[in-house]
Amino acid sequence: MSARVQTAPFDLAAELAGFGAGAGAIVTFTGVVRDDTGRMAALEIEHYPGMTERALSDYGTRAADRFGLSDWRIVHRHGRLAVGEPIMMVATAARHRHAAFQAADYLMDWLKSRAPFWKRELGQDGAARWVDAKASDEDALSRWQASSEYPSSAATDDPA
Amino acid sequence: MTLDVLYFAWLRERIGQPRERIETSAATVRDLIADLAARDDWHAAAFADLAAIRCAVDQQLADLDAPLAGAREVAFFPPMTGG
Repeated sequence: MSARVQTAPFDLAAELAGFGAGAGAIVTFTGVVRDDTGRMAALEIEHYPGMTERALSDYGTRAADRFGLSDWRIVHRHGRLAVGEPIMMVATAARHRHAAFQAADYLMDWLKSRAPFWKRELGQDGAARWVDAKASDEDALSRWQASSEYPSSAATDDPA
Repeated sequence: MTLDVLYFAWLRERIGQPRERIETSAATVRDLIADLAARDDWHAAAFADLAAIRCAVDQQLADLDAPLAGAREVAFFPPMTGG
């Protein structure tokens, strides 16, 4: 159960060594720098040192409570990243897959709109542009506030 | 009271510095914004559109009507784009 913010790349295999021992399901998500325009040179990520670590830990703890996770990990990079480089990862461990999948999805929705990171695209022409927040990310977050508690009894009975 | 005010992303660029220590009698975040915006043109431009601004009081997300009593650090920034 940990959250880290770093400039260095992370090694997914190393992160998962010993992670979630005894769990029946482990889900991982990795976010990668994407170039939608074909003109991007790099992505620069700014964050709020101190608050970022605290926010990531809070969201991880909340996910663990809500979905009954036995383990979770969040690693988020900052600084300058090239197209194709991993930006961040979340890993969740639970008895069953539904809780692990849902918790990873929940964490991503929180990280997208409530963790203090700001992305700036650096173009091949040298121009820089702050990435705007998306209304769809806000909508994705609101579904967790609207939905009833998880896990439901049906999911708890799921043998997988 | 003395407050450390932090700025991130385009707010930092518009104001021209990442942080400043100020004296203010603002009771809420909204009062603090009015105080800051009145200081110079750069602050005024940064705070022109309140709908585009988010804030944290002592590193916890807060809304514009949040009280500042006892606060030490207030941060202003645009909507977050992590993940």
